Amino acid sequence: MPETAPVITVTNLIKQFGRFAALRGVTAEFSAGKFYAILGDNGAGKTTLLRTLAGLNHPTRGEVSIIGSKNFREICTEVGYMAHPSLLYDEMSGMENLSYFAQLYGIRDAARCGTVIRSVGLDPDLSRPVGQYSQGMRQRMSLARALLNNPKILLLDEPFSNVDIHSAVEMVRLLAHVRDEGKTIFVVTHQATLLEHAADEFVWMDAGKIVARTREFKLAEGAR
Amino acid sequence: MAAPTGILRATLRKDLRLEWRSKDAINSMLFFSLLVVVVFSFSFDPNAEESRSIAGGLIWVAFLFAAVVALNQTWARELRNQVLDAYRVSPAPANSLFLAKAIGNFIFVSVLEGLMTPLFVIFYQLRALGPAWQLLVVAALGTWALVVNGTFFAAMSIRTRSREIMLPLLLFPISIPALLAMVQATAAILTGEGARFWIVLLVTYDLVFTTVCLLLFETVLNAE
Repeated sequence: MPETAPVITVTNLIKQFGRFAALRGVTAEFSAGKFYAILGDNGAGKTTLLRTLAGLNHPTRGEVSIIGSKNFREICTEVGYMAHPSLLYDEMSGMENLSYFAQLYGIRDAARCGTVIRSVGLDPDLSRPVGQYSQGMRQRMSLARALLNNPKILLLDEPFSNVDIHSAVEMVRLLAHVRDEGKTIFVVTHQATLLEHAADEFVWMDAGKIVARTREFKLAEGAR
Repeated sequence: MAAPTGILRATLRKDLRLEWRSKDAINSMLFFSLLVVVVFSFSFDPNAEESRSIAGGLIWVAFLFAAVVALNQTWARELRNQVLDAYRVSPAPANSLFLAKAIGNFIFVSVLEGLMTPLFVIFYQLRALGPAWQLLVVAALGTWALVVNGTFFAAMSIRTRSREIMLPLLLFPISIPALLAMVQATAAILTGEGARFWIVLLVTYDLVFTTVCLLLFETVLNAE
């Protein structure tokens, strides 16, 4: 149970794709300002849960309440979402991509794009199109896009995949810093050891359900 | 939040920039139309009088088929790296995206028409007996009729497996009234008859289908 008022409440969430139930009655509360690592085997329902929180999947049954609202459109400016694919245009540079997305959020601060690009360890003056970036650079630029609107809640799906270990550690450090600023972070990952000292809670999923929530990674591992 | 017109302009600018860099749509449309002009000119050998009667049909059928190539490209760009999801999680209104895409396609198809029309005039020895300026009105109204429905149905078919086949199957039947009006109006202007009825029909068609597409696009965009 959360120690502070929940920023996200999920009640009996069921998500079906045809006959296949990806989420089978997930009920949980998540506190503000915490770093959650969502773990589980392939097909456990982690990505579906994240996409449902991001408003991209509509629940078949059940409810999702984010910052007190059940209508995602009302709070979408408070959410940052990073998917497994980059959600970036390959033909444009990182700065061009972020400038476009900044306009979608009505961000008028011209320096904001440069600031977030630098915060993920990339150079805002890099004129190469994103399609020519390495996979790790693309992941970091994708994280910069998710941070662009300074969201209260960050939903990140496999942010460390194909990222070299040094960059991954830097990304974890950045996420811990973002959490320390009071933001709530959800990271779906198969590289849980990276989050061993950064995450506040490990949420284990299996077969479309949350099966364990623990504060320590080893305990969570034992809960499988 | 940014104004819908600001988001429309930003999205249109982004699409024009992507097309300028890749030239995917323009090149495919140009080569396709060029082939149609050349093949038709070898298949038929009409005199000037016959040309005036059949040119309307040839021109518009060529442009309709070429437009489908551009329309398929429109959303293919948004599917690469799932960039469309980044738009869906943002507060940007769905109709700004739709109108930007439709206007972008209108520009691409108009550029094609501007480049191909002189070739049609040369190959078919065309000279309008009626007021030639009305051809510009018919071209603008007819092109909008094709792209507004085409953009909408292309968005509907992006999540289907055979979207290249699905788009013409959806678009062509619904475009028949517009196509008929475009062909008849063009023939009437070339042969010196009145095209007023057909132009009014095109205006009505454009108004009705633009309104319907704007009303339904948000549902299409957020469909899973």
